[in-house]
Amino acid sequence: MPVRYPDHSTNLADARWKLHTTRKQILIWLAWLLGISLFLLCWKQISDNTMWVFVEDAPRQGADLISRMLPPEWSYAHLLWKPLWDTITIATLGTLLGIAMAFPCAFLAARNTTPHGLIRSAALMVIVSSRSINSLIWAMLLVTILGPGILAGIIAIALRSIGFVGKLLYEAIEEIHPTPVEAIAATGASRMQVMSYGVLPQVMPAFAGISIYRWDINIRESTVLGLVGAGGIGLQLNAAINTLAWDKVSIIFILIFATVLVSEYISAKVRKAFI
Amino acid sequence: MLTLTDLTKRYSTGDRALTQVSLHIPEGQVVALIGPSGAGKSTLIRCVNRLVEPTEGRITLSNTELTSLSSRQLRCARRRMGMIFQEYALIDRLTVMENVLSGYLGYTGFWRSFLRRYPQPVVSEAFRLLQRVGLEPFIDKRADELSGGQRQRVGIARALLQSPEILLVDEPTASLDPKTSRQIMRLIKELCAERRLAAIINIHDVALAQLFADRIIGLRAGEIVFDGLPDQLDAEILTRIYGEEDWNTAAEPEAEIESDLEAVDTRVQTDAAGLKRSVPAVGAV
Repeated sequence: MPVRYPDHSTNLADARWKLHTTRKQILIWLAWLLGISLFLLCWKQISDNTMWVFVEDAPRQGADLISRMLPPEWSYAHLLWKPLWDTITIATLGTLLGIAMAFPCAFLAARNTTPHGLIRSAALMVIVSSRSINSLIWAMLLVTILGPGILAGIIAIALRSIGFVGKLLYEAIEEIHPTPVEAIAATGASRMQVMSYGVLPQVMPAFAGISIYRWDINIRESTVLGLVGAGGIGLQLNAAINTLAWDKVSIIFILIFATVLVSEYISAKVRKAFI
Repeated sequence: MLTLTDLTKRYSTGDRALTQVSLHIPEGQVVALIGPSGAGKSTLIRCVNRLVEPTEGRITLSNTELTSLSSRQLRCARRRMGMIFQEYALIDRLTVMENVLSGYLGYTGFWRSFLRRYPQPVVSEAFRLLQRVGLEPFIDKRADELSGGQRQRVGIARALLQSPEILLVDEPTASLDPKTSRQIMRLIKELCAERRLAAIINIHDVALAQLFADRIIGLRAGEIVFDGLPDQLDAEILTRIYGEEDWNTAAEPEAEIESDLEAVDTRVQTDAAGLKRSVPAVGAV
């Protein structure tokens, strides 16, 4: 940024160039120093609060746990198909419900498609409140309201998904090319027609990608909803851990792992098809 | 047919894009609007269909005063003005046919257009237009699979499906190669003649403007500084529109590249520090 001529020279060949001024350079060094000191301070704090005897014991405890998990009790698996199916149902229906609510929300929240500033604030409010609460907490609240079961799980997943899908989708809407929208408006199209012809085709790939990604996340999240009684395989997981039946825990882990793997594969395929 | 009276546009930043522009365009006249970047050419044509809201003044299209229309009335008025864009402004992910049919949106309801159920006469007209602009084989291709010239033809067909009275054309050739540019300009010119359409064409290329327009309007800093016939354009008028420049080398009809380069060479001098600086041409006219 600063160009200097040493020794009062005005010859271009003597001109010197640096990216930062000296002042800015010192500030950058100070910022690094502060950051590293803070990191070391936190390290010390955590280390002081750790009971190192337990940590030293960790490898033995870990090995013990694994030995109890092996071999997995395969015969238990046939009791798990139903809860596993519930888990997938919760994730899929919850995602669909969430998308259905997030879709209009995103159009109301995007700066270039919202009908009014106040409506935009309201839509953003919905998105932020949905995002700020974890689905496990939504599930806890809903189990107290609706009673335990799949329904509470589905709604918990849906409520959490609104914020995720809504936020990413409204950002995608704000990034579209404005000229095709202008062109559609110039034909005399109504507001809704401008949305369906000018905006929607442009955000469709993003929308498909976001939705499938959220479904993928929801499969994983719905496996733990059972911990608070909102249905799915988490219920069995909780029971197995509470009874110290580690060989059952391990078979549940294996099933969850396989399910996530399959969902990952499906979402990769679908995403490819849409883009 | 189209009349602008004292049209003024000030942007909220305080920039005056247009100052008291008045002009009248009769039916069937093709007008080229030339001028330096930032002279207000785009603002002018966008004021006509109110993609940009004019600050003051009146715009009348065949007895309809456009500046005071409600949004529903504006929708109807926009159907009568077809617009063609520099970057084509097509919907990339839709097919050529869908893009052309979107020109009919102003006449149809939401669900009909959403479900792509257009009346048969409109579809037939779209087929005819696609044939006219030479895109028949590409009807089911996606718009982003086409070349620049083909895309602009889709843009033209879309504008014509509105059955407009006037075409508003914003830099139709700025993204195209010279040959395609001429073809596109010729196509626009022919279609205007076939349908007795008026057109305002923003264009940077003065030679193309002279070749294809009936009338040339020069805009500079938001004001009309020239309004006349294409063959009236000379170095003096170009200087009035664009500012000082050696117009004679550029205005030679078949200037050879080599002689052009020589002309540049003589104006380049080498200074003491070893830096090359081009000395501004003196005595342009």
